[in-house]
Amino acid sequence: MSSRSLTIALLATTLLAGPALAEDVTLTIESWRNDDLVLWQDKIIPAFEASHPGIKIVFSPSAPAEYNAILNSKLDAGSAGDLITCRPFDASLALYDTGHLADISDLENMANFSDVAKSAWQTDDGSATFCVPMASVIHGFIYNKEAFEEVGVEVPETEAEFFAVLDKFKEDGSYIPLAMGTNDQWEAATMGYNNIGPNYWKGEKGRLALIKGEQKLTDEQWVAPYATLARWADYMGDGFEAQTYPDSQNIFTLGRAAIYPAGSWEITGFNAQADFEMGAFKPPVLNEGDECFISDHTDIAIGMNANGPNTEAAKIFLNWVGSEEFAAIYANALPGFFSLSSHDVAMDDPLAQEFVSWRGECNPTIRSTYQILSRGTPNLENETWGASAAAIKGTKTPEELGKELQEGLASWYEPQQ
Amino acid sequence: MQTPRIKWHIVVFLAPAVLVYTAVMIFPLFNTLRLALYTEIDQVRSFVGLENFQTLFGDPRWSESFWNALGNNFWFFIIHMLVQNPIGIMLAAILSHPRLRFAGFYRTAIFVPTILSFVIVGFTWKLILSPIWGIAPDLLSSIGLKSLYAPWLGKEQYALTTLALISVWQFVGIPMMLIYAALLSIPEEILEAGEVDGITGLSAFWKIKLPLILPSIGIISILTFVGNFNAFDLIYAAQGALAGPDFSTDILGTFLYRTFFGFQLQLGDPHMGSAIASAMFAIILIGVCIYLFGIQTRLKRYQF
Repeated sequence: MSSRSLTIALLATTLLAGPALAEDVTLTIESWRNDDLVLWQDKIIPAFEASHPGIKIVFSPSAPAEYNAILNSKLDAGSAGDLITCRPFDASLALYDTGHLADISDLENMANFSDVAKSAWQTDDGSATFCVPMASVIHGFIYNKEAFEEVGVEVPETEAEFFAVLDKFKEDGSYIPLAMGTNDQWEAATMGYNNIGPNYWKGEKGRLALIKGEQKLTDEQWVAPYATLARWADYMGDGFEAQTYPDSQNIFTLGRAAIYPAGSWEITGFNAQADFEMGAFKPPVLNEGDECFISDHTDIAIGMNANGPNTEAAKIFLNWVGSEEFAAIYANALPGFFSLSSHDVAMDDPLAQEFVSWRGECNPTIRSTYQILSRGTPNLENETWGASAAAIKGTKTPEELGKELQEGLASWYEPQQ
Repeated sequence: MQTPRIKWHIVVFLAPAVLVYTAVMIFPLFNTLRLALYTEIDQVRSFVGLENFQTLFGDPRWSESFWNALGNNFWFFIIHMLVQNPIGIMLAAILSHPRLRFAGFYRTAIFVPTILSFVIVGFTWKLILSPIWGIAPDLLSSIGLKSLYAPWLGKEQYALTTLALISVWQFVGIPMMLIYAALLSIPEEILEAGEVDGITGLSAFWKIKLPLILPSIGIISILTFVGNFNAFDLIYAAQGALAGPDFSTDILGTFLYRTFFGFQLQLGDPHMGSAIASAMFAIILIGVCIYLFGIQTRLKRYQF
């Protein structure tokens, strides 16, 4: 009798609580992007709440360097928010494997994302996707339009033209042809090797073959980019060996250099700093008419706390993140962080437009070292930093570098053994 | 027979220091040593004995990094011993000269960098030596020696020596102060007695003062040794955790940091990190023991 009345009481409260919850569900977003707080509060959240009455959103970011640690402890304690901003690849995969992130592959708007876009937030076999991709960054070259006019050169399409342009600037002498240094090492790998590389290893084809073990880092297509990088050294500024990343940015925005090997995340900063007109061109292809490949690197996504209290509402929000409305708001507020969805998003920033226009012409891929291959020791991504810097400085030959990287990868990665 | 009474006041007065020291020094030290004997497989910590050390010294990649870091560390230490300490002694000898004017000013000026933060020192020197904004290339070209300039911090063959010299610049004040204090404590009578015997000027320094300050030099050497083998901050501030270019400035401290905490896509491995920390501890312990039992016991001490 008493247990029955308890059941009824429980049912009654559930029935009563149901509508009460539906009226006022609050979802909390965990994120490391505290730079974006204003954007979320002023643009994204009001847009969502206007079309979805009954769901309230709170954006609660923590400091980027502490995000992973804070999030992990919150998840373990069961106090994490309903929505979780996802780092690409292994950090998020670990959360999925431990049951903290829910499988959301069957979300309706997931169909708006390509396989490449989703690859950063999938299990290795691609069977489950656990975050909705938000944005990517595209690699290419930003150039000083005024300098190009002054010296009288055109935007290069092929590698031969690219080096011809650099030669012209070197002859002219009033600009440093290429603003890059090797002191911090990562630019050499990120804006050098992984910028021009996809044209050599044919984007996804090469990247996936490397993961499967069908290609090796000693193969021509993986070694040749190092040989090209070695030729860059002649066009970089005096003492580039000790030139840091901020040095390169400043040299370019002060108008002292002609070409800056870039990632699209620079756009906002460069717009604020440079007082000359800038343009962008994609990594030059080897021969005229070749198919082109660009690095369209997946950077940020959002997923759902599997043990959160409001999973239904969270799913509605995640589905909205996959919509065109979200893509348009996000891409315009943060030029340089491009929507990963297949929606055709109109952007106002001309430089961002140029970057994103390449998606229509070229095949996108992601940085070759990020998926799976940097799980072990030695870490392929970090090794690639050193290798790219060494290639530019000419301290090692491209063949030696390929051999070293291959040996390192094969030491722990079975498909390459 | 009466058992000796326990002197409780000694226990009570020692307790705070012992407890605090145990909590913040001894316990973490032994826990680190213990952690080195474990590893994590599928998120479960399991005991593996000396396997981590086997990997560290047996695996060619790990051992190459380790020996590279250790070799760099020795070079870092040698530069300090050959440059910092002789200069420190020389400065102290000059400062203790009774007729030197503005001695207080020099003493302060030379000592000030010691109290600066590593971050400031690293950043400032990076700017000074920068090929783009730095004053080093301009200074050299103004005296017609531009050809001597190189982007030192970016070249494998110079970077470590440059950083060691920056560190010498920062810390030369410490040996200077210690030696200065030792020199001041030499009684005037001894020097006067020497003068009567015709030992003056430089030969007074070599024959009287130097033997008397040898114990201080020994202490400074051991402080330099321990400090250098625990060094990390300057390299991290100037070159980052990857200790570029191409690991040419990687010392044990940066190697430990990268392994323990991870870096970029590299996930941290506290167990291998502890193994490296234990190796560092052993190296420093051996170094200190060699000094204590091999050198210090043979030093002659003079009582004034």
